[in-house]
Amino acid sequence: MPKLNMVQAINLALKEEMQRDKNVVLLGEDVGKDGGVFRITEGLIDEFGAERVIDTPLAESVIAGAAIGMALYGLKPVAEIQFMGFIYPAIDQIFSHASRIRSRSRGRFTCSLVIRTPYGAGIKAPELHSESSEALFCHMPGIKVIVPSSPYNAKGLLISSIRDPDPVIFLESTRLYRSLKEEVPEGEYTIPLGKARVVREGSAVTLLAWGSMLHRTLQAIEDIDAEVIDLMTLNPLDEETILKSVKKTGRVVIVHEAPKTCGFGAELSATIAEDAMLHLKAPIMRVTGYDVVLPLPKLEDFYIPTAARIKKAIEEVMKY
Amino acid sequence: MPEKIIESCNVKRLEVLDEKGNADESLMPPFSDEQIKKMYELLILSRTFDQRALNLQREGRLGTYASILGQEASQIGSAFALEKSDWIFPSFREMGVYITMGYPLYMLFQYWSGDERGVKCPDDLNIFPVCVPVGTQLPHAVGAAMGVKYRGDKKAVACYFGDGGTSEGDFHEGMNFAGVFKLPVVFICQNNHWAISVPREKQTASKTIAQKAFAYGFEGIQVDGNDVFAVYKAAREALEKAKKDNGPTLIECFTYRMSDHTTADDAIRYRSKEEVEAWRAKDPILRLKLFMEKKGLWNNQYQTDVESKAKETVDEAVKREEAIEHPEPKDMFTFTYEKLTQRQMRQMKEL
Repeated sequence: MPKLNMVQAINLALKEEMQRDKNVVLLGEDVGKDGGVFRITEGLIDEFGAERVIDTPLAESVIAGAAIGMALYGLKPVAEIQFMGFIYPAIDQIFSHASRIRSRSRGRFTCSLVIRTPYGAGIKAPELHSESSEALFCHMPGIKVIVPSSPYNAKGLLISSIRDPDPVIFLESTRLYRSLKEEVPEGEYTIPLGKARVVREGSAVTLLAWGSMLHRTLQAIEDIDAEVIDLMTLNPLDEETILKSVKKTGRVVIVHEAPKTCGFGAELSATIAEDAMLHLKAPIMRVTGYDVVLPLPKLEDFYIPTAARIKKAIEEVMKY
Repeated sequence: MPEKIIESCNVKRLEVLDEKGNADESLMPPFSDEQIKKMYELLILSRTFDQRALNLQREGRLGTYASILGQEASQIGSAFALEKSDWIFPSFREMGVYITMGYPLYMLFQYWSGDERGVKCPDDLNIFPVCVPVGTQLPHAVGAAMGVKYRGDKKAVACYFGDGGTSEGDFHEGMNFAGVFKLPVVFICQNNHWAISVPREKQTASKTIAQKAFAYGFEGIQVDGNDVFAVYKAAREALEKAKKDNGPTLIECFTYRMSDHTTADDAIRYRSKEEVEAWRAKDPILRLKLFMEKKGLWNNQYQTDVESKAKETVDEAVKREEAIEHPEPKDMFTFTYEKLTQRQMRQMKEL
């Protein structure tokens, strides 16, 4: 079985889905001849043509909006927003329409589309190339939010996202794109949306993470008997897997790259407090980015949660 | 080197029927008498619907409503050129389009009364739910047109918006996409001269809205938006052009919002009575009536028949709508996703 990085795995998922279903079309800035700035769509224009791998004008709102129109017409668009920091002009379309069209039309029109976007800091990129704004999208009912953490689950989750009947925001960690390889089978396999994954079983503390932070978290545990959960889907949340683990361990550390205030960790923390408070032995801890404007590359390593910070939080909850 | 003109633009204005009911026969679309009568009846029906909606709102039987008064020819004329298989992306002031396409009247009342089931489009039509955020429907029309083009379907997409909508970023992005990809879409701008309280002149320094198309590389035309024949002709030609894969068109229907922005507005605060009165003489229904009278297609009896039929149709629609049971509170959950989430299932139990 070939060992692929996440770029290759996502490319393979797109290619196989396009081979399988003629309705799958790609659109975005530079996704055609250039293959995208991260080369995710490399070679696809040669196989599927410019009609299906569409280089668009530089216009995020209409990339999202046209994807909505295509989805309404019955296509399966996979739109790329070049960086998550550039997704804000598209949010009107995503929030005002993609999330609502099924409800507004009482199911007559649906919006099965995927918006892929690279997220996260740590690749020495310019301003607004490093955001992790996942929580914004989790606050909007009607949208699903997916964050893969490895080449294998990136492929399986993307295939599921493309086939999903609802709009999906698919967040790809720039730092993970080429930093790890693993065996990724050719041919289709799916990983269900809405399901978290227990990466490592343990009984002392539950660690919740997703995307690139999963790997930082795994670096931090060393000899601790920690249970590590990779959420993979943030919305709809797999509360069952989380609560089952928390009820077992009684301790929780949540790790994410986005700022702390109103980050997705707040939702996780509240969910645990509501449904598993009496099982807790220690306060819930969050290790997150700081409540600051994300710094330029010279300071970004100080912003992103480190293994040392995660370790310290684990030690803190273990005191109880 | 001397400077030279490398590009210039001319803006056409199309008028067929004047205020006195005289039509320019050389421009007149080949309508049968029956079609002309049908259009007249749709104009009357739309105005009757509109008036009833305003009355129901005053009586507290309908929510906030956006009147189409004065804009009927722009809506009926353009929609009359559409086929049922075409895709339509309206804004929130297009009840005349829905009515012309055969959308059930009771469902329109249902929507404006605050029941979302009213915008569940019947299966034989492709007319989208009322779009409230101004101008945001242009990208959808463009995307649907990309779908039409990709599949090689013989359909066109019509997208409605107002002069205010042309100030939005989505107008630019949508028009630009349409031009770049040469899409089968017709943009129908009802320039009704007022975006709530802001006049057309403060939306854009362009002399016309039609000319904006020029910058995106396709044709724009201004039509007398109170002239149902001119609107039909421009729409028909643009739709045929779209279906032949000859690209998009922008039609500026030069019209006037005779009513307040919505029932929550009071236009007297920001515009003069004189201005409104001047437009009253350009009424779209009046001039078609004068035309038909000259052609022997209109008399008092016909008017009485058309009005009473419209009233009867609207009465029935109101009666039918008001007999519909209140939506189930649980309905608000049903269409968020294809399937309910675990959390939604728990929340539903609270109701």
